[in-house]
Amino acid sequence: MTKRTVQFKIYRYDPDKDEKPYMQDISVELEPSDKKLLDALVRLRAKDDSMSFRRSCREGVCGSDAMNINGKNGLACLTDIDSLAQPITLRPLPGLPVIRDLIVDMTQFFKQYHSIKPYLVNNDPPPERERLQSPEEREELNGLYECILCACCSTSCPSFWWNPDKFVGPAGLLAAYRFLADTRDQDTNARLDNLEDPYRLFRCHSIMNCVDVCPKGLNPTRAIGKIKDMMVRRAI
Amino acid sequence: MVKRQAVGAHYGLKDWIAQRATAVFMALFTVVFAVCVLTLPSFTYETWSGLFKSGLFRFLSFLFFLSLFYHAWIGIRDIWMDYIKPDGVRLVLHLVTLFLLVGYAGWAAQILWRL
Repeated sequence: MTKRTVQFKIYRYDPDKDEKPYMQDISVELEPSDKKLLDALVRLRAKDDSMSFRRSCREGVCGSDAMNINGKNGLACLTDIDSLAQPITLRPLPGLPVIRDLIVDMTQFFKQYHSIKPYLVNNDPPPERERLQSPEEREELNGLYECILCACCSTSCPSFWWNPDKFVGPAGLLAAYRFLADTRDQDTNARLDNLEDPYRLFRCHSIMNCVDVCPKGLNPTRAIGKIKDMMVRRAI
Repeated sequence: MVKRQAVGAHYGLKDWIAQRATAVFMALFTVVFAVCVLTLPSFTYETWSGLFKSGLFRFLSFLFFLSLFYHAWIGIRDIWMDYIKPDGVRLVLHLVTLFLLVGYAGWAAQILWRL
């Protein structure tokens, strides 16, 4: 493949210099080996080192380079550059405060994540070896533990935009179900009590934006449905 | 002054079930109602009000309106919760909605039972 030029429209905002955010038109020449959006962004930064974005593992494991790509949240490192219509419009994840350019403040997102106690609670003395699960019990955790907390889902959820301080959001709720579904956890009742709230859980109206954008192909809506299911079975 | 945010009202499940249950009832009643109306021998005021003479039909249609208003209460309250940030305004809107819907329910029953 030969060298090619790609057009970008990028959200720029430096609170020290800019009064308000603006969209910058910029193009960059790519090498034949550049396949992913992140490769292009790295080249862009070499051209204009004031352009800021987060990145780390560059292979869809760390979740740092989540951004709004042509109107849809995704990871730059997993997005094929040739699959995108040009000019490629890049914006920071919607709904979170912008620190600079494509970098957002994720404090609120992680606050919600921490609020569901994302760790195993088991008060029994630890056995000599590990706490065992049957293969069926372990199976239930598939599709839950893989979340990389990139925030693509929560920041594409209108309920999270309107109430980020009260609604746990799809990422947090997926993690909540990951521990509710774990047979080694002993905190089930307290976890359900923690979520039995018109804001924390029931702001979800199952519009499935989260499922649509998850770069790991996970399904927070199904997990939320299972939490509601557990609550119903507990209540009736 | 810092206003601390508290969540954890410990309700929501009942409303969530009620919203679904009322929706199912309304869907079923709509089918029953459509069949009853379409199979009327003639479409006059007499046959129409005759439909509402039966106790079962009055019972079901009254339940339909109760379902409708309860369903609407949860739905409208959800909208206020999503979009109205000042607590005082939200409380007022909740109350206005509640009063209106209770009033409508009474009004609907009055109309229905007068037929």
